[in-house]
Amino acid sequence: MNEATTEAPKLTAKDFASNQEVRWCPGCGDYAILKAVQKTLADVEAKTENTVFVSGIGCASRFPYYMATYGFHSIHGRAPAIATGIKLANPDLDVWIISGDGDALSIGGNHFVHLVRRNVDVQFLLFNNEIYGLTKGQFSPTSRVGTRSPSSPLGCIENPVSAVQLALGSGGHFVARAVDTAQKELTETLKRAHAFKGTSFVEIFQNCVVYNDGAFDAFTAKDKAADMQIHVEHGKPLIFGRERNKGLRIVSGALALEVVTIGENGVTEADILVHDETNRMLGCLLADMNEPEFPVAMGVLYCKPGHIFEVEIRKMVEAQTSHATTSLNDVLRQGHTWAVGGDADEA
Amino acid sequence: MTGSAIDNSRVSPVRQTLDSAVVRFSGDSGDGMQITGGQFTLATAVAQNNLSTFPDYPAEIRAPTGTTFGVSAFQINFGSRVIKTAGDEFDVLVAMNPAALKVELPGLKVGGILIVDSGSFQERNLHRAGYGADPLKDGSLEAYRVIEMDISTLTQDAVSAFGLSKKEALRCKNFWTLGYVYWMFDRDRQATIDWLKRKFASRPDIADANIAALNAGHALAETMETADGLQSYTVPHAPDIEPGLYRTVTGAEAMAWGLAVGSKLAALRLVFCSYPITPASPVLHTLSKMIEHDIVTFQAEDEIAAVCAAIGASYAGGLGVTSSSGPGISLKAEAIGLAVSSERPLVVINTQRAGPSTGLPTKTEQSDLLQALYGRNGECPLVVIAARSPSDCFEMAIEACHIATKYQTPVMVLSDGYISNASEPWLIPDVDAMEPFPTDLHQDGPCFDPSIRDAETLARPWAIPGTPCLEHRIGGLEKSFETGNISYDPANHQKMTDVRAAKVAGVVRDIPDQGVEAGPESGPVAVVGWGSTYGPINRAVSNLIDEGLSVSHIHVRNLWPLPANLGALLAGFDQVLVPEMNSGQFVKVLRDQYLIDAKGINKVMGQPFKIHELEDAIRAYWEAAQ
Ligand SMILES: Cc1ncc(C[n+]2csc(CCOP(=O)(O)OP(=O)(O)O)c2C)c(N)n1
Ligand code: SF4
Repeated sequence: MNEATTEAPKLTAKDFASNQEVRWCPGCGDYAILKAVQKTLADVEAKTENTVFVSGIGCASRFPYYMATYGFHSIHGRAPAIATGIKLANPDLDVWIISGDGDALSIGGNHFVHLVRRNVDVQFLLFNNEIYGLTKGQFSPTSRVGTRSPSSPLGCIENPVSAVQLALGSGGHFVARAVDTAQKELTETLKRAHAFKGTSFVEIFQNCVVYNDGAFDAFTAKDKAADMQIHVEHGKPLIFGRERNKGLRIVSGALALEVVTIGENGVTEADILVHDETNRMLGCLLADMNEPEFPVAMGVLYCKPGHIFEVEIRKMVEAQTSHATTSLNDVLRQGHTWAVGGDADEA
Repeated sequence: MTGSAIDNSRVSPVRQTLDSAVVRFSGDSGDGMQITGGQFTLATAVAQNNLSTFPDYPAEIRAPTGTTFGVSAFQINFGSRVIKTAGDEFDVLVAMNPAALKVELPGLKVGGILIVDSGSFQERNLHRAGYGADPLKDGSLEAYRVIEMDISTLTQDAVSAFGLSKKEALRCKNFWTLGYVYWMFDRDRQATIDWLKRKFASRPDIADANIAALNAGHALAETMETADGLQSYTVPHAPDIEPGLYRTVTGAEAMAWGLAVGSKLAALRLVFCSYPITPASPVLHTLSKMIEHDIVTFQAEDEIAAVCAAIGASYAGGLGVTSSSGPGISLKAEAIGLAVSSERPLVVINTQRAGPSTGLPTKTEQSDLLQALYGRNGECPLVVIAARSPSDCFEMAIEACHIATKYQTPVMVLSDGYISNASEPWLIPDVDAMEPFPTDLHQDGPCFDPSIRDAETLARPWAIPGTPCLEHRIGGLEKSFETGNISYDPANHQKMTDVRAAKVAGVVRDIPDQGVEAGPESGPVAVVGWGSTYGPINRAVSNLIDEGLSVSHIHVRNLWPLPANLGALLAGFDQVLVPEMNSGQFVKVLRDQYLIDAKGINKVMGQPFKIHELEDAIRAYWEAAQ
């Protein structure tokens, strides 16, 4: 790649903003995510020329226009496939996929599964607002049962898909969750995602003020967040709550989690489970937690490196090309050939 | 078989000299007829005959044995004269079981040779094939010269020394039969023996058994000839073959190699993205074996992913190519529109099959032309070119790479199941002598200016991610001609639509003027074809010219844009006939573009045209015009 030879000044978050006017609805959660991503890129000292944002279609997918990097706003649901092609042609690029819940899990569900399964080295940010924003408010595959929308006036009867569980079930190696307005945690999670080699999947709860305002209030509202969210951190006990006195432990004799209160019923801090982000089963249990019985898990639920698709391909290509014994001319001449007007037949 | 001069130069046996012959091998899908045909092709090529083949697969991978829908056939037409089709009626039919006889007999010439394995004509097989009585016994084959042998038993006897199971022994039947046919046509067995040794390197017993079967069939033919005087033939070297090094090539191989060479000439890494589908998959298989040439192949999760990955690859500076057949091409339509809108190179290979929907996957048709030209949303013009023969796939693939990179535009290459599977001898080109066409990547400038377009090609500069200072955003939303930013301005949309159309229309500069393949440059009748109908049309027209008719053959390879002189050329003919393996798609385009009263000759049977069908149809028009 083209590396700048002179020492370039350090870029700030502003340097990652393009000159395009941002056109989301005032108050949309997308603004907060945009800000966090720009800050993350500055913090990790990303290069604008080496960074590519690829998106599908939806409100969220307008994101690349607002970044002063390379960007490809493609077609509905297909960003993972386009990103895979980009990485096949040039594995050195730093690729971010921006997608909505409809884009990623409905029309693009198939590509999502396969991107994650292949472990292509990209950051996949799913802006989950549990609704179709751009097409004016129809229910989405993450909408809860009962959601009333123009296409489900009597309430949605479909069971929602869990994005993080789908990512884990697809063999995901990095699965994390965050809230749009929780800037500090979001930025930290995005940095972890960026540092991870392989598909880093981050579900971001994003408030759509127009079509699904307050959808996540039950665990994101100021007065609820502390009690209804748990921020998981590798090696730290799974403690949460305003008073930091609630925790998760394994139900004795069963493969399940329960919420306990430290200081009640003889529970001490030593009883609380310590987060191990390399434990896939634990990741699944955390991903499965829903309010109101459980807090919603935020942060890196699971992280364990695996082999990376385009890296393996590149290794194979390099191994083969470095030992190449034939030219294209040879390929054309392999197998049985025969000469006409010349001498004997060749084999 | 044509020609009858007795060649007395050989002492024994006396072989009749032919200038061409058609042989069809048919049997159960498990009988190895494609391998048999492939080996016969090789031996025939080595004998320096011109040839053309037609592998005709059953639709079912493993149909119940002995059924008519499980019949697999391989046809070859070879000779010392120019061979352009796999031939119409067969001179020799090999039928390994009653079902094959039932299905294939109608294609055998009256007086033709029929070789049957009487060992497979038992009650059960006859019943499965739908025969009430044994056709070998009821006199229904009197019009043919029947060579009836218990090939099953003869093969088992021939291989008994190798300790194979009965099932394994019977598998050698096809090589026994091949040995027999080799003797009939004076073919050398060595290439096949070598092939068997290589193929079964890890099972030498199997290799040896097959070789023994081949030799036994050959030996028996020799003895039988002396016994009952059945004829044997010589087909001399084709005299008019251009000197050079040759091989046989299928359309799929030629397409794959053309893409590999095309991307090398463009100095780009080939990123080939596909999803398996019959009959397109062999292109993927061929390229997957070529990783040492820095070719990346990607088996995507579906066709949409395949085309999108190819677009992503081109966006990032590779040469993105995707390949499929009809149903898969339908799925790619939206993304092809994205490629048109984002103005990056993309090559789409469409190996057409019979449709609609899943249609007849193993059969051939030319019915995706209108889809290729018009089958997308919005005004979405595409460069469309069509290969006319197996070896022509090589050149068309290179042409597609050239146009796609030069004009920064998608190009669709039409092939079909027939030319993809068929093989023909190929004068192997020298890749090193070909003119490279490296693409200029946009490298410098203080910023990216999307309004820059090449004055001639109208191509936008190709600035790929990773290049400092040229960061920009593209996508499927309409963009301003001036700034490249999203634009809903009505006049701008008109302008961008016009520019995209003009860009594709401008490709005409790189298209040679349309020539005439056979016959005069103007006159009473022009037969206009495209794609794989080249062979049958050319032979039919040549035959009619030999009869004294004034007919011309025009074959169009560039379907969009059309060659600049095509309208004027067609205006010089009183009648324009357009044979197509569809219900009349190109004829619509010609009528639309040139306001001429072109007429279609159409066949939608999943089978290529036969020469006589075309001759009859053309003759009828010719006579009506007199
Ligand atoms: C092939 C296709 N089908 C449908 C659409 C219409 N469409 C555009 S965005 C969208 C849903 C967007 O929802 P989501 O992905 O959740 O993103 P959001 O707008 O909420 O950010 C739909 C259905 C389209 N553009 N393309
Ligand atoms: S519709 Fe919803 S998601 Fe879309 S921009 Fe407006 S607030 Fe954001």
